[in-house]
Amino acid sequence: MAQPRPDTVFAPWDEPDAKPLIQFKNVTKRFGDFTAIDDLTLDIYAQEFFALLGPSGCGKTTLMRMLGGFETPTEGTILLDGVDIGPIPPNERPVNMMFQSYALFPHLTVWDNIAFGLKRSDMPKDQIGDRVEKMLKLTQLGKFAKRKPHQISGGQRQRVALARSLAKAPKLLLLDEPLGALDKKLRNETQFELMDIQETTGTTFVIVTHDQEEAMTVASRVAVMTEGKLAQVATPDQIYEAPNSTYVADFIGDVNLIEGTVEVQAKGAKPTDVSIKWSPTETPIDATSDTPPPAASTVTFAIRPEKVAISNERPEAANVMEGKILDIAYLGNISTYHVEVAPGLIIKAQATNNRRISRRNLTWEDHVYLSWTDTAGVVLTE
Amino acid sequence: MRKFSWFNATALTFGFAFLYLPMLILIIYSFNESRLVTVWAGFSTKWYGELLQNEQFLDAAWVTIKVAFWSSTCATILGTMAAYIMVRSGPFRGRGLFSGMIYAPLVMPEVITGLSLLLFFIAIGLDRGVVTIVLAHTTFAMCFVSVVVTSRLVSFDRSLEEAALDLGCTPFDAFRSVTLPIIMPAVVSGWLLAFTLSLDDLVIASFTSGPSSTTLPIRIFSAVRLGVTPEINALSTIMIALVTIGVITASLISRATSIKARADERAAEQS
Repeated sequence: MAQPRPDTVFAPWDEPDAKPLIQFKNVTKRFGDFTAIDDLTLDIYAQEFFALLGPSGCGKTTLMRMLGGFETPTEGTILLDGVDIGPIPPNERPVNMMFQSYALFPHLTVWDNIAFGLKRSDMPKDQIGDRVEKMLKLTQLGKFAKRKPHQISGGQRQRVALARSLAKAPKLLLLDEPLGALDKKLRNETQFELMDIQETTGTTFVIVTHDQEEAMTVASRVAVMTEGKLAQVATPDQIYEAPNSTYVADFIGDVNLIEGTVEVQAKGAKPTDVSIKWSPTETPIDATSDTPPPAASTVTFAIRPEKVAISNERPEAANVMEGKILDIAYLGNISTYHVEVAPGLIIKAQATNNRRISRRNLTWEDHVYLSWTDTAGVVLTE
Repeated sequence: MRKFSWFNATALTFGFAFLYLPMLILIIYSFNESRLVTVWAGFSTKWYGELLQNEQFLDAAWVTIKVAFWSSTCATILGTMAAYIMVRSGPFRGRGLFSGMIYAPLVMPEVITGLSLLLFFIAIGLDRGVVTIVLAHTTFAMCFVSVVVTSRLVSFDRSLEEAALDLGCTPFDAFRSVTLPIIMPAVVSGWLLAFTLSLDDLVIASFTSGPSSTTLPIRIFSAVRLGVTPEINALSTIMIALVTIGVITASLISRATSIKARADERAAEQS
């Protein structure tokens, strides 16, 4: 997760006076009968690293292509620095894009690929060389300058594509699944490189990805999209800890979802307390919510597996459930236990494997206790 | 190595004999001393010498090359444009009909193409000559070029053009500096195809040629009607030699390119 820097917290979206760099105003995009973007309104601020996250077909790529100028909105306007960019063709926008396939020009060397955009700008010829050298240095490509794209590796190609799109110092850089073609290890390294470069250059980045881990790692804010709409726009920790709907909770990471109805508040309870009846016979779940739903309404209680503790003996906690271990998924550093707490209801609990496997005392068919505090989960009404 | 088999050897011999025996005989008799085509009277290169004295043949050869050059160039420009528009324009009403109409001349009998062009040139009052043959050859070679270029453009990564636009190119600049260099091999082979089609066309050329613009195939055809001479054998041998050299050079170049590409990829993986 992106860590907010403690000294200067970067959060222009919380400042009422901050002027957004990009504004989508009621933007709709249709392809024939298909609605790719449905009445979407969104503000993105300068120097943000903004991630558009969603499954394929959710409209995230269309949204990005509209910023690049390759699609025009059917309805609504897109403002960049207060200017409506609808009628501006891609070659006149202060926006550059890094393509998913990298789209490097195969007939040009790395050097010429990076210089391509500069040669078509009003930059004086003698400065182009310096700028290209600077980009080569930034992306550590110096010794590959004279090679053609097919003479370098996948990771190097990715960096050439990045250097090329940054060369013109755009106000906004669009990245379409920039790391999709790299293997996992290289991808993790490159994520941090991207963040460094974003900080060094101060460019606003908008990244499209279907990889939630990638979005969480690099982004200052994440927009979770579904069927042409925004499900939630928030910082990675808010998206993870406080999803606003079961869709978001389920899409990001692993989650236990328990449906139930809200009980009438007991005397002496705090106004934020919520008690959820999920089974006619079992004890209700104690949870909290800043906006408690009214009694008798149907809600979903969502809790992450790592916030559920598992033990052989009954612990002291706000919520305790008894169950039987059905399955154990061993992942090395952690194990996920699938525990049946009621017929048909399986809750996942995660525990760090801080002991060697032979020393652990939980195994299949064991009778165990699951527990969590009253603030560990969230109450969702959508 | 697989085992030698009499059946395979025989089939191979017959197959190649079927393809190349007639040409071999033609080449052998082009070195015949005798004027009689079918009687061998010793080795000689005198017919090659006489060919160089024959102004009719030389004129016809020059006309043919001129026609082939201009018609294949025009056909390449028009055919590439047609291919680009067909691939890039996306679906529109009547697209199937439109692309069908581009390819129809491929299957049209040459006699009909030739006749219709002749009637057209007469109707607009254009005197028959080099210009009319160039126009006629452009018409039918264009669709061949379009087929070759289309097949390349279909596999062309569209995002390359978008990247060019994104980096500040106008659509025309993007085509000129990105699309065209990348599809160049297809354009060149389209041009070569158009060039060879024009070189050996007899039917359409005979409909559209004028008295001062006889092409080589027409000249050979009319000369043969008066009897085959060793001169024609010599001319044909030269043409076979030129084609053979062309084909071998082309395949050597393409093999060298693919070897280099493979070496490059290996170098890329190691770096």
